[in-house]
Amino acid sequence: MTRYIIQRLIYMVITMFLIATLTFFLMKFLPGTPLSAADKLSEEQQAVVLEKYGLNDPVPVQYFNYMTNLVQGDLGISFQFDNREVTTIIMERIGPSMQLGVQAMFIGTIIGILLGLTSAIYHNGMLDYSSTFLAVLGQSIPSFVFAGLLQFFIGVKLGWLPVALWEGWEYSILPTISLAIFPIAIAARFMRTEMLEVMGSDYIVTARAKGVNKFGVVFKHGFRNALIPLITVLGPLAVGLMTGTLVIENIFAVPGIGEQFVKAINMNDFPIIMGTTLLIAFLFIFIILVIDLLYGVIDPRIRLAEGE
Amino acid sequence: MDNQKPSKDLFVPVETKETEIDKISRPSLSFWQDSFIRLRKNIGAMIGLAVLVVLALLAAFGPYMTEYGQYEQDLSRAKMPPKVEGLGWLGMDGMLSDVQSADTVEQAKTKAMMRFNNQEEYITTEVLNDGSNGEAAEVKATYDVYAAKNMDENFWFGTDGLGRDQWTRTWMGTRVSLYIAFLAAAIDMLIGVAYGGISAYYGGRVDNYMQRFIEILVGIPNLVLIILMILILEPGIMSITIALAISGWISMARIVRGQILKLKNQEFVLASRTLGAKDSRILQKHLIPNTLGLIIINTMFSIPSAIFFEAFLSFIGLGLPTPMASLGTLIDAGFDSLQIYPHILLFPAIIISLIMIAFNVLADGLRDAFDPKMRE
Repeated sequence: MTRYIIQRLIYMVITMFLIATLTFFLMKFLPGTPLSAADKLSEEQQAVVLEKYGLNDPVPVQYFNYMTNLVQGDLGISFQFDNREVTTIIMERIGPSMQLGVQAMFIGTIIGILLGLTSAIYHNGMLDYSSTFLAVLGQSIPSFVFAGLLQFFIGVKLGWLPVALWEGWEYSILPTISLAIFPIAIAARFMRTEMLEVMGSDYIVTARAKGVNKFGVVFKHGFRNALIPLITVLGPLAVGLMTGTLVIENIFAVPGIGEQFVKAINMNDFPIIMGTTLLIAFLFIFIILVIDLLYGVIDPRIRLAEGE
Repeated sequence: MDNQKPSKDLFVPVETKETEIDKISRPSLSFWQDSFIRLRKNIGAMIGLAVLVVLALLAAFGPYMTEYGQYEQDLSRAKMPPKVEGLGWLGMDGMLSDVQSADTVEQAKTKAMMRFNNQEEYITTEVLNDGSNGEAAEVKATYDVYAAKNMDENFWFGTDGLGRDQWTRTWMGTRVSLYIAFLAAAIDMLIGVAYGGISAYYGGRVDNYMQRFIEILVGIPNLVLIILMILILEPGIMSITIALAISGWISMARIVRGQILKLKNQEFVLASRTLGAKDSRILQKHLIPNTLGLIIINTMFSIPSAIFFEAFLSFIGLGLPTPMASLGTLIDAGFDSLQIYPHILLFPAIIISLIMIAFNVLADGLRDAFDPKMRE
């Protein structure tokens, strides 16, 4: 297990290193100069500015400086907000994004599990068909389309909830629902399949044979065992949520990382794009790692296989 | 006792020939025939397939059904509501309506008239609430845009903010989505299958290096890749294509590798090799066909995610550049005037949802059809 963790950590470092290196060299090959008004500045002025930001150094030295800064958490300075550090901007905006992500993940998996469980218990019944149908819809309809529908009908037409902005908990309801649809659908479908498989296994028959009532069979023997494989989809779900926040925050004008990211793309603010990209990459790799390790800890069969 | 016993000569031994026992009574079905029969029985999958065919036909011929080009701008006909003869009951009647409330009926009426530029001869008002019960008075005004603008032709899906025909643009956008679907399938089939197949078949050091490479590649999120691509190339169909080509095949390669690892030591492969078959023949004739079910299922599932990916990128402004139409950019534009002109968002949103649902349902159907466990 320790060897496995170390191996995974090494891969994580290699991947991050590769992404950061790619990022740096792409920034170097970008057309244009970092000076927005280069033609208005004299040669000496340009030289002073370039000197100040270390842009006169040879590329390997710049690369070394960039990497050392990066390791210390310094992501550079934003183009659109003068003299504001990318790290500060990201730190200011990570709160709403995190809140939305965690809420959506929490609500999404719980509702999804319940839906999937209902489907499996009433297999091939009306409830099963309708929840499977809902899950297909939730999996298929893009989150930004769904967000638009919610915003139009609940926000504009009915006026029950605020259309956009971020001024209190009620402002987080619509974005959270829009984000949670995908986890609900995926968790429901996965839970249904797993539960059906588990309920067909021998130990369930044994439990029934020794007289455990239906509730006990479903929840004590079935549900807990069906839950384990669900951990494997949590990783892709979390990644999906991270992608989802980019658009959802934009639609609902939530001051989070995603909204800043889309703005930065439209403004060509490369340091912010790069900083956010690195952050997304890091979170992505980290979440996958945590979930893989968690899986090993929770499922004893995997631990045994590793121990051999 | 009148116990009538059946006479003994009613009992005749059944004459079974030795050969009859082994005779197969029904024609044997190949794996593919069997799967196809099961797929045809799946109503959802067949509906999905039909929807896809209809959408593909509309994407192919839709833009030629009206006389407007996808880039033809005309501000005098901006934001026209959709109008189709005979579909008025669906709301596609070319009317704009709005509910205004004020203290008195007269004030509400004035507000409603102002909302539609005071063109009174084209506005019909309807009093919803005359305000006598203490509530605010509400007046619903309906404005006949086509009559007011003296427009003879109908815009089936309306027009966007620059007066471009939404019908033409929606189907042009659908073409992009279908191109992406085709592309994702091709990449999965070509790169993914080849990579996984070679990696598993040759094994050993080749496999080791190829897998290490995949492990590094899989660590880089798709989104990060496309952003990096777009920083080098211009945003557009080319950079999306390249980003998909870099990352789209990885899961397929892994699945094919796993399957071929399982197959390659089985007896029929050994037999083929004993008969002198070359590596390429064994791969093409024995290993790949036996993996084909999995390959098709996985391809079908990667198609909707690729379509979503393109629409998503276009939506956040990383996809197709402005004048071009993709369902993502159309939806993005629709959000700008969602409150007053929801139709601009509505049609592209419906089409992309239909495409995604159809592909997902079809993929589910194929998975069930290829699964021998589902056989009755």
